[in-house]
Amino acid sequence: MHKEDQALIFELSKPGRIGYSLPELDVPEIDINELFPEGYVRAEEPELPEVSELDIMRHYTALSKRNHGVDSGFYPLGSCTMKYNPKINENVARFNGFAHIHPLQDESSVQGALELMYDLQEHLIEITGMDQVTLQPAAGAHGEWTGLMMIRAFHEANGDVKRTKVIVPDSAHGTNPASATVAGFETVTVKSNENGLVDIEDLRKVVGEDTAALMLTNPNTLGLFEENILEMAEIVHGAGGKLYYDGANLNAVLSKARPGDMGFDVVHLNLHKTFTGPHGGGGPGSGPVGVKAELIPFLPKPLIVKKGDEFAFDYERPQSIGRVKPYYGNFGINVRAYTYIRSMGPDGLKAVTENAVLNANYMMRRLALHFDLPFDRHCKHEFVLSGKRQKKLGVRTLDIAKRLLDFGYHPPTIYFPLNVEECIMIEPTETESKETLDEFIEAMIQIAKEAEDNPEIVQEAPHTTVVGRLDETMAARKPVLRYQKH
Amino acid sequence: MKHRYLPMTESDQKSMLDTIGVSSVDEIFNDIPEQVRFKGEYKIKKAKPESALMKELSQLAGKNADLKANTSFLGAGVYDHYIPVIVDHVLSRSEFYTAYTPYQPEISQGELQAIFEFQTMICELTGMDVANSSMYDGGTALAEAAMLSTGQTKRKKVLVSGAVHPESKEVVETYAKGQYIEVVEVPHKNGVTDLEALEQLMNDEVAAVIVQYPNFFGRIEPMEKIEEISHSFKSMFVVSSNPLALGALTPPGKFGADIVVGDAQVFGIPTAFGGPHCGYFAVTSKLMRKVPGRLVGQTIDDEGRRGFVLTLQAREQHIRRDKATSNICSNQALNALAASVAMTALGKNGVREMAVQNIQKAYYAKNALKEQGIEVVFDGPSFNEFVIKLNKPIKEVNQRLIEKDMIGGYDLGRDFSDLENHMLVAVTELRTKEEIDIFAKELGDYHA
Repeated sequence: MHKEDQALIFELSKPGRIGYSLPELDVPEIDINELFPEGYVRAEEPELPEVSELDIMRHYTALSKRNHGVDSGFYPLGSCTMKYNPKINENVARFNGFAHIHPLQDESSVQGALELMYDLQEHLIEITGMDQVTLQPAAGAHGEWTGLMMIRAFHEANGDVKRTKVIVPDSAHGTNPASATVAGFETVTVKSNENGLVDIEDLRKVVGEDTAALMLTNPNTLGLFEENILEMAEIVHGAGGKLYYDGANLNAVLSKARPGDMGFDVVHLNLHKTFTGPHGGGGPGSGPVGVKAELIPFLPKPLIVKKGDEFAFDYERPQSIGRVKPYYGNFGINVRAYTYIRSMGPDGLKAVTENAVLNANYMMRRLALHFDLPFDRHCKHEFVLSGKRQKKLGVRTLDIAKRLLDFGYHPPTIYFPLNVEECIMIEPTETESKETLDEFIEAMIQIAKEAEDNPEIVQEAPHTTVVGRLDETMAARKPVLRYQKH
Repeated sequence: MKHRYLPMTESDQKSMLDTIGVSSVDEIFNDIPEQVRFKGEYKIKKAKPESALMKELSQLAGKNADLKANTSFLGAGVYDHYIPVIVDHVLSRSEFYTAYTPYQPEISQGELQAIFEFQTMICELTGMDVANSSMYDGGTALAEAAMLSTGQTKRKKVLVSGAVHPESKEVVETYAKGQYIEVVEVPHKNGVTDLEALEQLMNDEVAAVIVQYPNFFGRIEPMEKIEEISHSFKSMFVVSSNPLALGALTPPGKFGADIVVGDAQVFGIPTAFGGPHCGYFAVTSKLMRKVPGRLVGQTIDDEGRRGFVLTLQAREQHIRRDKATSNICSNQALNALAASVAMTALGKNGVREMAVQNIQKAYYAKNALKEQGIEVVFDGPSFNEFVIKLNKPIKEVNQRLIEKDMIGGYDLGRDFSDLENHMLVAVTELRTKEEIDIFAKELGDYHA
């Protein structure tokens, strides 16, 4: 171990210490060896740590200090909508009546939970302009796959079995093509034009009798609104395909444009992005899916319905694609999203988008003086810069990102989307103040200057983090994926 | 408008509009075509102030019968267990819960190391070589296991035991449709996988044999025999396992499993009406590069300090797009952290002690019910669940129990037409002898 290494919990273990307080065994003790056939009682104990409660708290507190969250500082990670996670959401999700209820309890004993889910569905229906919503998918990618499975079921129900292809723009998230594959489709890529938008002529070329759907993020991953959306919808619908809306960027259009009004047939939302379910270090998320009327029969089961004053699960759905998840989705995240929507109201949600978009455009205009701006037009909630100019000086976008760590920032998304060279994708969100944006802009300007005057300081960054750049090649060549006691 | 989450002031807005060179916010939205522009406000509920909203939602939560105010004997894949208080204190460190995927390792070492520790603990419990950083839940993890097995063996059929959780089985079937995989059920016989039926169904088109251990009815499967049958046809042996049970039972890895999946909800994660929980996914080292989802690996930095990174990413959707091993992106990281803290608190001794207590209390409950004249069906070696047969519909029984602040077991008739009036009873370490006695007495009275 290097002297500065953070100990693993296993390295703090000492035989004989405990960190738990189990209930007392108040029933007669029996030797479990008598209850199981030979070979079924565990012979070797699992090597789990033996530590005290304070050891545990200190360990995880130390780890938390080696982690950057939204509460630690600015986190302009493009496409991820790293906005403030309201604290009331956390309290509400921890109410006993939400946190400690069982999914298989009798419906009559969980009416409050069903009411919340039903009302959340109703709110999401209005926000997206769709006709029905399922809360079952656990995350965005899960929602994508669910939506595509419904589209497949729809075509099959119409005897339209030759629709094997899903069209995805070259700027799309990697989950889009991956979800298409898992749903049994082949992916076809449609090019972007010089304005960063889907190339309509190319779309006409790739669309055909084999088109099941076009998956689109709008605004797209460059932060640009696909202005020709109605024409695109016409092309795809004209060929008999369906339009799928990836809701990753919904924060850009709340109260401004609804996917349902743009011609989309299926929509997934990322409640952990726009609707403040915390990102949790990579999850859990929640990825509800909304559909237009003709796709309702194919929604996963069960669906939550209202019968008079009672709420119930509807399992009688013969055309449903089936279950996509045990139980009913990531309820705890749905509770948080619901709390957020109720905290904002209609005027609040409108202000969310307006401020998010204003923040992004302000940053874009100020930074455009120092970095290349590939698409010079109003952006929506995020924008992309190119580090081309700095690359000529020997400073790559990766270096700029690493240098930002020294200023206490989480860097923007980099090298995505793939159709912009040395891409830097910035999404400030609406919860950041102008002062925060200005400080970040100043840091970026300083780094741009350093790239000219003192490139080494950027190339060798970060200088202030608990570890320096890590050897990722070694990690992949000789994978060490678990601790092993020596 | 003013809102506590929105810091922009009127003067901020004015100076920002000036910098952008527009006169109004609306102008920035001019690129949205007139025909699709949404005018006005959403027809949704008006915003509520913090205190009023807390009150309203607290009342809504109060309409639910929760497991803290009621005594629960309900399990069927989701369990009411001891959650060390410290778990929520760790989870509430916002450096963890307000972070995203650790793509920038230098400022994400905390999360990365915690996941590395999680991976290690899952390997230890399951007896497998490699575990990933989490899946959505046990059900989708099982579906991913089925897909991995078909990809690896180039076969298109999986056999699923009839004693696998019915909802997980349904999820496997949904995924299988997408992948054109045939799912064939192996019937259970007296609550365990029917080996004769399994042998008859086996052939060299079978990619995997999927069982649950302990199974949906709480029973222990004949693991050596199932392993032998699967591997003799070069099919994969896939096991869905409650990781708590593995504190006391021989892990699937020891029985030669190729893939072990399940849900770590049993460790420090509230039932939360079914989610978020925490799927896990563990494999032999041979399958390391086929695993879905994120993996954390150990490495060093430029000065030789130990550090952790996301690794073997060539498997994943953001690199491989349509050729990725899975489409999973967001996982259940925060719940994996909860499970890690709980597994750490329990430690080597506590996991075993807790698992053994489950066995002993369930055994006690089984006998207490028998003494009331209630038949235990599929009786045999079991973990913390077992099946009883009553002479009344379970829904009716449960509605009577809730009046006495008890949440009865799972109505098996919902999924198995031949198990009308059968209840799956779960007894965890949290149930006291007194609670068990009252429950047995109540059921005995109804049954009489």
